[in-house]
Amino acid sequence: MIWVSVVIQGVLLGAVYALFACGLSLMFGVMRIINLAHGDIAVVGAYLVWVVATRAGVSPFVAMVAVVPVMLVAGYGLHLALLRRSLAGGPLVPLLTTFGLAIVIQNVLQQVFSPDVRSLGAAAGRVTTASWRLTGELAISWFGIATLAMAVLLLGGLALFLRHTGLGREMRATAQDPDAAQLVGIDARAVYARATAVAVATAALAGAFLAIRSTFEPTSGPTQLIFAFEAVVIGGTGSLWGTLVGGIILGIAQTVGGHIDPQYSLLGGHLVFLAVLASPRSKTLAARTSRP
Amino acid sequence: MTAIETGRGRYAVQRGTRRSRRSLTAIAAGIVALAVAPFVLSSYAIDQLTELFLLALVAGMWNALAGYGGLISIGQQAFIGLGAYATIVLSHRGVPPYLAIVAAAVIGGVLAVPISLLVLRLRGGQFAIGTWVVAEVLALLIALDPSVGGGTGVSLTGLNVYPPADRQAYTYWLTLGFGVLLLGAIFALLRSSIGAGLQAIRDDEEAAASLGVRVYAGKRLLFVLASFGCAAAGALTLAKTLFIQPRSIFGLESTASMIFMVLVGGLGTFEGPLIGAIVFFAIQHWFADFGAWYLIGLGTTAVAFALFVPRGLWGWAEQRLHVQLFPVGHRLDVRAPDSDDRRSRPNADRSASRGRN
Repeated sequence: MIWVSVVIQGVLLGAVYALFACGLSLMFGVMRIINLAHGDIAVVGAYLVWVVATRAGVSPFVAMVAVVPVMLVAGYGLHLALLRRSLAGGPLVPLLTTFGLAIVIQNVLQQVFSPDVRSLGAAAGRVTTASWRLTGELAISWFGIATLAMAVLLLGGLALFLRHTGLGREMRATAQDPDAAQLVGIDARAVYARATAVAVATAALAGAFLAIRSTFEPTSGPTQLIFAFEAVVIGGTGSLWGTLVGGIILGIAQTVGGHIDPQYSLLGGHLVFLAVLASPRSKTLAARTSRP
Repeated sequence: MTAIETGRGRYAVQRGTRRSRRSLTAIAAGIVALAVAPFVLSSYAIDQLTELFLLALVAGMWNALAGYGGLISIGQQAFIGLGAYATIVLSHRGVPPYLAIVAAAVIGGVLAVPISLLVLRLRGGQFAIGTWVVAEVLALLIALDPSVGGGTGVSLTGLNVYPPADRQAYTYWLTLGFGVLLLGAIFALLRSSIGAGLQAIRDDEEAAASLGVRVYAGKRLLFVLASFGCAAAGALTLAKTLFIQPRSIFGLESTASMIFMVLVGGLGTFEGPLIGAIVFFAIQHWFADFGAWYLIGLGTTAVAFALFVPRGLWGWAEQRLHVQLFPVGHRLDVRAPDSDDRRSRPNADRSASRGRN
């Protein structure tokens, strides 16, 4: 029975990683770039929610409603100011500029908010501590379920958006071939900026959920970036539903590892990632991602 | 040099200019001068020079990966840590410390082969994070092992038998030796036919593959070479500081500084990382006390260089001043038909040496 509980906790933990991975997966899918500042942008989102929640004295969930649109605009601006220019410089430049951005963000946060560890858990109230106790060993926290619901809603919603709306079709067309998309009248640069905006907004949401679930500090970003990336690769690149599954597998690997020995928690996740990388299936990975 | 006579003028394909041949001689003399430095300079100066050489070494390695293989790694700290911990393990087994450092570098290079099989399946940003995960896994595994100090760190005790001044000089010579060996190896590699293939990979992987360049083999060669160099740098860092912790030696900071040095000095130029190392050394010396602002400045500078000066300080100088210290490419020398002017015309030079070098 204890293992059922471990797996369920893993699924709930994985939902957080899936939230983080959503934006990373979208940007990689549409622009073929990995935003190395993705985790740090999420942490910026967490800090903004923290600022709004403490200044206005509202619940973090209310603060999120205010912060997400701001981050949507910030993402659009990020694309225009930095990524558009980087993309023009070739495939390696976006990596270098987003890596530099990550370092800048971490240290600005350090400077503005001090290196203290914070949490939004207390501010979020009863939802973070309440749980359904099914049996003696098996309890499911409300917030875990809320996170999972959010992840399904977000990734599923995005998948449906890409499949069924005009804007989504434009994004898929641009992802397949930006030049051909422009020939039929799609403004590829605007599509890229929109994709970045959505990715940044979802990252902020993920950061806020992480901040409510556990703690955050200015240097929390890189670890979350690694987990998000592992979720994307485990789930198979280019599929948002796959990203959800990947996040959950990563979460389970970490809780199972952590249950054997707390020191094995992170290692368990990394080893599953490396195993997926080593599996024959991932030979197709490079081929699929080589598409321009 | 191949000279071709035509009706309109004489053309020659050269491996370097007269100035670059002269500069190679000067560099050889410089290396000899550096080798005798411990007999002349103070121990503080030797310590600082060792630090500078270590920076130049790792910058050169990162440039070999990114500038010639198109492989952006943010996990080179994996090999820095491996080199340092391999030295610890070997010296615990009774291997003399300086021999252990050399062996640790070799171990780093050997372990890079299986690691390359994994990470070279990834491309672009995926490769970048893949190498990072490898570094994290190694740091976690070492933190689990109490025989090498676990998470709290470990000291290299075998070097205590040497007086501090001797120890500094030995470490200095070893660092200089590794630096000259590895940068020399990359120089030789770039001048060989493999080097032409590598630069083609960087410029366009698919096109290079279609012309018969063995892309995967070339990348693996660079990865192993860069890992060997980083492992050597890690082992030498340990010889310098005598104490390491998994969190700091496997920290992202070392790779971040490599990226900074290469971007500022000049990505894909042979001289760039050396310039970048000197710049970074100076910046570190003057501004490191500014803490977060120092790092914000470094990050902003790196972004600005990546966007606006993609070939760095050296690329900029090379283009404007037509200087070249290390001739790794080919140059087309065009002479006027009715003149014996030995100087090449800059315009023809520039159009001929399209791309890098």
